[in-house]
Amino acid sequence: MKLSEIVAALDLEVRAGADHLDREVTGAYASDLLSDVMGHASEGALWITLQVHQNIVAVAVMKSLAGIVLVKNREPDEATMRKAEEEEIPLLISSLGAFELAGKLFGMGLSGS
Amino acid sequence: MEPRYGKTQELLYELKIEQVMRTDVVTIASDATMSELREILREHSISGVPVVDGDELVGLASIEDLIRWLSSREPDCAVHEQMTRDPECLHADQPLVHALRRFDESGFGRFPIVERASGRMVGILTKGGIIEGVLRKLEREFKEEEIRAYRVSHIFEDLLADYKEIYLTYNVPGKDFDRAGSASTRMKRNLKRLGIRPDIIHRLAIASYEAEMNVVIYTDGGTMEYRISPHEVILRVRDRGPGISDVEEALRPGWSTAEPWVRDLGFGAGMGLPNIKKCADKLEIDSHPGRGTTLKMRIFTGEADEAQ
Repeated sequence: MKLSEIVAALDLEVRAGADHLDREVTGAYASDLLSDVMGHASEGALWITLQVHQNIVAVAVMKSLAGIVLVKNREPDEATMRKAEEEEIPLLISSLGAFELAGKLFGMGLSGS
Repeated sequence: MEPRYGKTQELLYELKIEQVMRTDVVTIASDATMSELREILREHSISGVPVVDGDELVGLASIEDLIRWLSSREPDCAVHEQMTRDPECLHADQPLVHALRRFDESGFGRFPIVERASGRMVGILTKGGIIEGVLRKLEREFKEEEIRAYRVSHIFEDLLADYKEIYLTYNVPGKDFDRAGSASTRMKRNLKRLGIRPDIIHRLAIASYEAEMNVVIYTDGGTMEYRISPHEVILRVRDRGPGISDVEEALRPGWSTAEPWVRDLGFGAGMGLPNIKKCADKLEIDSHPGRGTTLKMRIFTGEADEAQ
């Protein structure tokens, strides 16, 4: 499934990486511990988190993730947006909480691994 | 190949009008006739020219003005009677993206370009000029990247020696969360250029990032040294931190001494060292309380060119 389809279906706001929404999303992972994501998220996954610090971009780059969704309308730091733009990592915002968002993504056919 | 959309947009911001405008501007004097205008447009195969009065830009005369005049069947007259007066100009130092927006909004076919300080006309910009300029620049950058990637991925073959190794060092400042991860991010790019297999890059990236974060979180700084040889990558991470009192214990998932504010940022979950151990083929930890820690990990890569 393309990231752009998810953005449209779940009404996500795009804060960075608007030119890279044509990426294929192969799964999703929800976690707020960076090491947990480093250890367990798979390549091409969409990452659901409430962390907004710019280190999330580095993690997404290192793991070649498809993008990051911030939950509950959390606004990313200025530096986070800049870095995401630089590193070509789509940064999205959802009004839903992690549980509901994960549920919707699961319903759309994405799985955790 | 990676998508180029983002790159194109970036170029439109990077490129200045002066880099793509035509500087050999054909002009016409304001008292020249419309038939002379027709000749000039035909001769140079262009669709419009700036109209000048001596040195001063007074208008733009385009093929549209010419057609309007022809269909009115009026007698030949001076260009300044038919031209567009006080044409909108753009500045030479503006980014191309601004020019593109003005083309879209105005529907004009060309803009005279003036130097900001002097107001002097220095060029002319058309949509065609923009396309050519962007393509030229894209091609140049693409070639450069291609050449770079080629050179690097063949470096082990091209260099003649009994033993070959690339040695790269990064300084990691302690407690600097804004720059944290930059060594590993840069290194990942290098590993790609070196043509190392993606699954191995993946493991190296995780191990490297976790080790870098440990230096950032717990110490006043340290270094990361990568030794890349045709068959393996050795990463040595040294820090001047407090040391680990019980290495065995530290390797247990969930064990952490991170302060609460560090945990709030999503770090310090006690999974760093276990992650490193999982990714490295060999891991040695040498740590002495009060004297710092040295991590040495080895990851076997096979032939550097196996990926291709």
